[in-house]
Amino acid sequence: MAPLAGVESAIDAVAAVPAAPMSYWRTVGWRLGRDRTTLAAGGGLLVIVLAALLAPWLAPYDPSAGSIRLRLAWPGTPGHWLGTDEQGRDMLSRLLWGGRMTLVAGLTPVLVAFVVGSALGIAAGFVGRTTSTLIMRTMDIFYAFPSVLLAIAISGALGPGLANTLISLSIVFIPRVVRVAESATVQVKGLEYIAAARVSGAGMGAIVRHHLLANVLGPILVFASTQVSLSIILAAGLSFLGLGVTPPAAEWGLMLNTLRQSIYVNALVPALPGLAIFATSMAFNLLSDGLRDAMEVRG
Amino acid sequence: MWVYVGRRLLLAIPTLLGASVIVFAMVHLAPGDPIAAVMPAESSAAEIEATKRAYGFDRPLPVQYLVWLQRVAQGDLGRSIATRRPVILDVRDALANSLVLALSSSLLAFVVGIALGLLSAFRQGRLLDKLCAALAVIGVSVPHYWAGIILIIVFSVQLNWLPAMGAADDPGLLPFLRHIALPTVALALIPLGVITRVVRSAALDILNQEFVTALRAKGLAARRVFVHVLKNSAPQILTVLGLQFGFQLGGSVLVESVFSWPGTGYLLNLAIFQRDIPVLQGVILVLATFFVLLNLAVDLLQTLIDPRIARH
Repeated sequence: MAPLAGVESAIDAVAAVPAAPMSYWRTVGWRLGRDRTTLAAGGGLLVIVLAALLAPWLAPYDPSAGSIRLRLAWPGTPGHWLGTDEQGRDMLSRLLWGGRMTLVAGLTPVLVAFVVGSALGIAAGFVGRTTSTLIMRTMDIFYAFPSVLLAIAISGALGPGLANTLISLSIVFIPRVVRVAESATVQVKGLEYIAAARVSGAGMGAIVRHHLLANVLGPILVFASTQVSLSIILAAGLSFLGLGVTPPAAEWGLMLNTLRQSIYVNALVPALPGLAIFATSMAFNLLSDGLRDAMEVRG
Repeated sequence: MWVYVGRRLLLAIPTLLGASVIVFAMVHLAPGDPIAAVMPAESSAAEIEATKRAYGFDRPLPVQYLVWLQRVAQGDLGRSIATRRPVILDVRDALANSLVLALSSSLLAFVVGIALGLLSAFRQGRLLDKLCAALAVIGVSVPHYWAGIILIIVFSVQLNWLPAMGAADDPGLLPFLRHIALPTVALALIPLGVITRVVRSAALDILNQEFVTALRAKGLAARRVFVHVLKNSAPQILTVLGLQFGFQLGGSVLVESVFSWPGTGYLLNLAIFQRDIPVLQGVILVLATFFVLLNLAVDLLQTLIDPRIARH
């Protein structure tokens, strides 16, 4: 029986390998489909994003309407099954609405950094010479600051508000994306097929558009995806310090900040917004890990 | 080798100058007048002007920058607008507290992270490896300021074992340890996750190389193979340790604010909300300088361990 089991698992393994060679993106999709952790993380993320998007329809109460009589109700209270906050506002409604703010504040900077950073990095890597020195040395300066410090310092200087959070976090993430984009571009640029395209008379723009982008954007995308969870933690962290989204808006970091005073009265409700940040950042991390493995990007 | 060291030292200078420009510019991005905010409400326009002149805020920006840079180079970070104390004194005290916290949390993260990473690599694919991987993902995903609050809820509020905030007032080792325990754990979570992952992948890279197979084939004891693997993955691990230590120092703002730990982060937070510009500049500049020098030290140390790096 034992040797037979071995044969059977070998047959399974063979059967699991696709018969015909697939295109790169189909292979990536196929690998992702077999990765249970990544699928679960993706599913979890979908739920979080949908909950945030549908907050106006899902939230049972107005997120800013409180009740003095029902302050800091414990989870499980009838009508407020995740409890209420220090002003008697429904926690479930605030968490749903807060997710919108946190997701916007966390995702936008990475998106901005992806676009701006790719452009700068590819320009530096492809053009080289003075352009490269100018761009890369400027980016190096931003590496003189630990990311958290840079975000807090810029936000601190600009003052509180969602827009300022987005600006300061974009400044944190752009140099990182530029570095990755530049090194990926330099690597691909040295490959023979680019030289072949150049010899056959293709212009710079055509080479970048037709030959370079497709091979460079993959690694940059994977890198950007690894930064989302940090961006979410930092965005909520800025609000937590009072530098991000301003009250009375619902945002997870801000909720954590105002509920912090209440831990002696109710130990469970103050933990909820942080749990939401944690779950979201973990889902993004697992998803980007899976994406990196499936796309076979090292680093 | 020495050429490399020299070049690396020279490269740090423009970085530091660039950082000083950013720190200087940052403050002038700020809306609102820093002087008007701290002057008594009844002060006259002439008094405000006089104070501005005393702090040099009336001159053109490039001149302000050069004057500021010259003073900074001599170790004079100016005076706090709020307390009138020399900024360098405040920053020095706060930096000492932050360093202590960064050291303790780094130590915890390094020891546990390296142990877990190596354990994972040598038990690749087994249950232990998967547990360590899960722990590492949790470490890098958890918002550390929230983790700090959870630690306070559990160990201070519910169990009443450890103090919730501040550094120890009483002398002695025990009060000191009791105060630093919770912030240390909260701050160690992220580097713990990062280090575990990097050590695992560095050790696996080495484990898959031919010389390890050769060592095993010639019958070397597992313990001795382990030493070879550790030695060869050291440069890569060292870089991450250095970077993480720097992040601990600059990244402790949130945790320091949760635990009211009197470090640079706490000072920075205070400066931001009082719009105390000299303090804000001083803290950020000192931390950035520290970070650049630390990176430099790591680079040089790496070259010392593995001379091949200097040739790239």
